[in-house]
Amino acid sequence: MKDIKISIIGFGDVGQGVVQVLSQKQQTLEKLGVNIKVVAIADSRSSLVNADGIDLKKAVKVKRNTGIVGRRGSTTAEIIKNTDHDLVVEVTPTDINTGEPGLTNILTAIESGKHVVTSNKGPFARNYAKLMKAAKDHGVVLRYEATVGGAMPIINLIEENLAGNTIERIDGILNGTCNYILTRMGEETLDYQHALLEAQELGIAEADPTYDVMGIDAACKLVILANTAYNNNTVFDDVSITGITKITPQALELADKNGYRVRLICEVSEQVLSVAPKLVPKKHPLAVGGTLNIATIHTDLSKMVTISGIGAGSIETASAILSDIIHIYRACLANTR
Amino acid sequence: MRVSMNLELKDIPGQLVLALQPISGIKGNILSVVHHHDERTPRGSIPVHVLFELDKDKLDELIWQLEKNGVLVARVGEKRLHEKMSVMLIGHIVHTDIRDTIDAVDSTGCAEVVDLALSMPGIEQVSSAFMMIHASTKENLMSALDILHKTADRKELLMIEPIKNTI
Repeated sequence: MKDIKISIIGFGDVGQGVVQVLSQKQQTLEKLGVNIKVVAIADSRSSLVNADGIDLKKAVKVKRNTGIVGRRGSTTAEIIKNTDHDLVVEVTPTDINTGEPGLTNILTAIESGKHVVTSNKGPFARNYAKLMKAAKDHGVVLRYEATVGGAMPIINLIEENLAGNTIERIDGILNGTCNYILTRMGEETLDYQHALLEAQELGIAEADPTYDVMGIDAACKLVILANTAYNNNTVFDDVSITGITKITPQALELADKNGYRVRLICEVSEQVLSVAPKLVPKKHPLAVGGTLNIATIHTDLSKMVTISGIGAGSIETASAILSDIIHIYRACLANTR
Repeated sequence: MRVSMNLELKDIPGQLVLALQPISGIKGNILSVVHHHDERTPRGSIPVHVLFELDKDKLDELIWQLEKNGVLVARVGEKRLHEKMSVMLIGHIVHTDIRDTIDAVDSTGCAEVVDLALSMPGIEQVSSAFMMIHASTKENLMSALDILHKTADRKELLMIEPIKNTI
């Protein structure tokens, strides 16, 4: 049995989802020969450290009751640097403009020789190349499957399963909130504001929906896909972005009569980086409804490969994080053989 | 109806007028004439390509007249615009002069708006338009689309194109 000591930086929905998945999957992990021990948890105001492993259920309970996970005083950087562990799970909230606090957290972890698994898109929006280079220079692994498409394993698909293929283009729906809003507007002839309110009530859209509905969230995911597929140092500002706020139920009705749905489509190729509403024929694989995420990868050898999955949710995101952790564990195991 | 015709003329002076006169004579509207002066067909004749608009029922009469003038009608193509694409516009389409928006495409000469469906929910509300654009080649379609894009941007209309490979 190999012990992997990890810290969880950020203890909101995703951080707590990771903890829940780790508890739930203990037996599965044992069968894989790995014991994941959480030795530190930090939220924006406090931290909790226990070299023998934190009592995860208790940590969640404390966080829910008091709003903080532990004691104030230590900075996140101190926790990352000074706690003895192997891997940092960085799950703080996304800030696309500055990339912080994720950017500093990830760099600190890398520089102190720790592997990183993150669900945070913000740090990659303008610093993908810098982060990957830092990881390489320090001989650690940085994995980010959870940043794009939630549970849908698209990064792995591009990097590993389709290795050797030339990726000609990727088309996808990478924002479940927009897809839900457009689906509902079309189905029930709801206007945009109404569908947005409904999505907010169901917890599908955030109180400030700007990132989602303006296409910013999708654009950030597109940047990560472009870098993964082409390693071309794409940054957020390279993407042409059109959101969904101007779409009307009448327009959707008109599209429907002519055999089309309207979906917020991300298009990635070496020439095009765009997020915009597009007409999608009803029978097209990308004409999905609800909060689903979906992407079609066009390659020279495999031709079209389409993948779909649940794009958001704490457990779904935690699933992608867990798979990245296991991947790193296996890679380390292979290296020590 | 738009007709595209490949004609072959004898290599002697005064032949082009024998080819064009019958078209205007039966009230056809000539849009373009390409006279391949330097080329010769295997038969030694000069190829000419003519594009014109004409009532459908006059076509047979025209061919008969051309042949009577000694002009060989090598090919008659009724449909020139075989690339097509749907696009949608959302915004104050009518207030921003829809005629002008359509003209932007039509004036390219090699693409045109062939179908238009409008939805106008109320005077102050934004409208939507679903358009079908036809063009002679893919390149012409793309350039028409580009022009439409610029027009839409200028008029602050949201333009929604089809996803790639479904054009």
